[in-house]
Amino acid sequence: MNRVVITGLGVISPLGNDISTFWNNMIQGKSGVGPITQFDTSDFVVKIAAEVKDFNPLDFINKKETRRMDRFVQFAVAAARMALENAGLDMSKVDAERVGTYIGSGIGGLATLEEQHKVLLNRGPRRVSPFFVPMMIANMASGIVSIQVGAKGPSSAAISACATGTHSVGDAFKILQRGDADVMIAGGTEATILPMAVAGFSAMGALSTRNDEPEKASRPFDRDRNGFVMGEGAGILVMETLEHAQKRGANIIAEVAGYGMTADAYHLTSPAPEGEGAKRCMEQAIKDAGMKAEDFDYINAHGTSTDYNDKFETMAIKGAFKEHAYKLAVSSTKSMTGHLLGAAGGIEAIVAALSIKNQLVPPTINLENPDPDCDLDYVPGEARKMRVRAALSNSLGFGGHNATIALKEYLET
Amino acid sequence: MAAETLERVKKIIVESLNVDPSEVTMEANIKEDLGADSLDVVDLIMELEDEFDMEISDEEAEKITTVGDVVGYIEKNK
Repeated sequence: MNRVVITGLGVISPLGNDISTFWNNMIQGKSGVGPITQFDTSDFVVKIAAEVKDFNPLDFINKKETRRMDRFVQFAVAAARMALENAGLDMSKVDAERVGTYIGSGIGGLATLEEQHKVLLNRGPRRVSPFFVPMMIANMASGIVSIQVGAKGPSSAAISACATGTHSVGDAFKILQRGDADVMIAGGTEATILPMAVAGFSAMGALSTRNDEPEKASRPFDRDRNGFVMGEGAGILVMETLEHAQKRGANIIAEVAGYGMTADAYHLTSPAPEGEGAKRCMEQAIKDAGMKAEDFDYINAHGTSTDYNDKFETMAIKGAFKEHAYKLAVSSTKSMTGHLLGAAGGIEAIVAALSIKNQLVPPTINLENPDPDCDLDYVPGEARKMRVRAALSNSLGFGGHNATIALKEYLET
Repeated sequence: MAAETLERVKKIIVESLNVDPSEVTMEANIKEDLGADSLDVVDLIMELEDEFDMEISDEEAEKITTVGDVVGYIEKNK
């Protein structure tokens, strides 16, 4: 089996639209949450989100093509182009048939659906745009990135709610490991700060209503947490076989070591008791990596800031790591980025990779009064310079989908 | 009159297909010269229907290949 490494990163996020801005803001513990500006929230209980600011698709895509892409696809194309540039990968110098795309979205082109549904109701079926379907379908980020960069290898898209991004990175890892491609452009993208999505998640009681203190609203593991804050953006990684990366002299950021995925088989939205699905998922990733629990120093938690998730994920970590759980640094960067749904696993794989590369772990902000049920070391308030040999990144999705990837320092042997 | 119609059609085509106004001549073939694909053509027909407040049937739309065809159709049917 091939060894697989990460060689390029690209991000569009509430904390910045390039890797260095994103990482610097995260290390400084900045919040990307604020009042929703993308639609009128007068009638909404929830009035806050973590929006992407100052994104201009024309920096990455020509005007005509931009009009035929939903925002979630525009984010993916921008992040993919930056990731390829970061990897120093020139598509004209590699075998395009050995380069693939695996970019998922939890929901897809909801903005397009909302808009065209209004057209259908107000003006009738003959006025629905011929671009409606190709703009809305959730696989289009993967499809359009392949078209834009000319990647002709394996191409597909995971759709597993909030686990989408991690499934995408993990599935791409397996494609490379078994030798079906040399390079995979993988990750997640989402753009659902829209009336339907905010109303829907709000109806579930899943969103924080701390409208008067937006920057304090996402507070994973804190006693006073009251829901997640919706975010948007894309996190895309260039992954390649070690052999391919070495041959072209690529800069290696981290190694992808293992991947686990399980189902709770329990409930639509609630985690299984004791977080047993997530526990097995982490155990699988560690086993797949051929490593032991004690080899890990950091977990980028799913940590959504909902009552259930943070409690059950904590139990899952304790179940999988036993006494070593208390020696781990565990942080939820959703405290700063909000929850990017299908893109979360993409940007959090990037965070885990950068934590290893920089030997620096980002904090969980707003953790002021720890929940007694959440008693691990969540790196509260401030980033921590520490030894990070290996890290896990967890994503747990509605439907009971669990996905975990294991990353480690790249060492030659 | 045809010149005014051409100007209105040109404006829509320039915006929709992101082409230079100088390319949108009466002789220009919408697909071959202006780079429209089949979805672009459907979208363009819908925008023209809105602009000129008319319906262009699928059969009629299939006969349209040049900018001149568009202008001619609109002139005849408005």
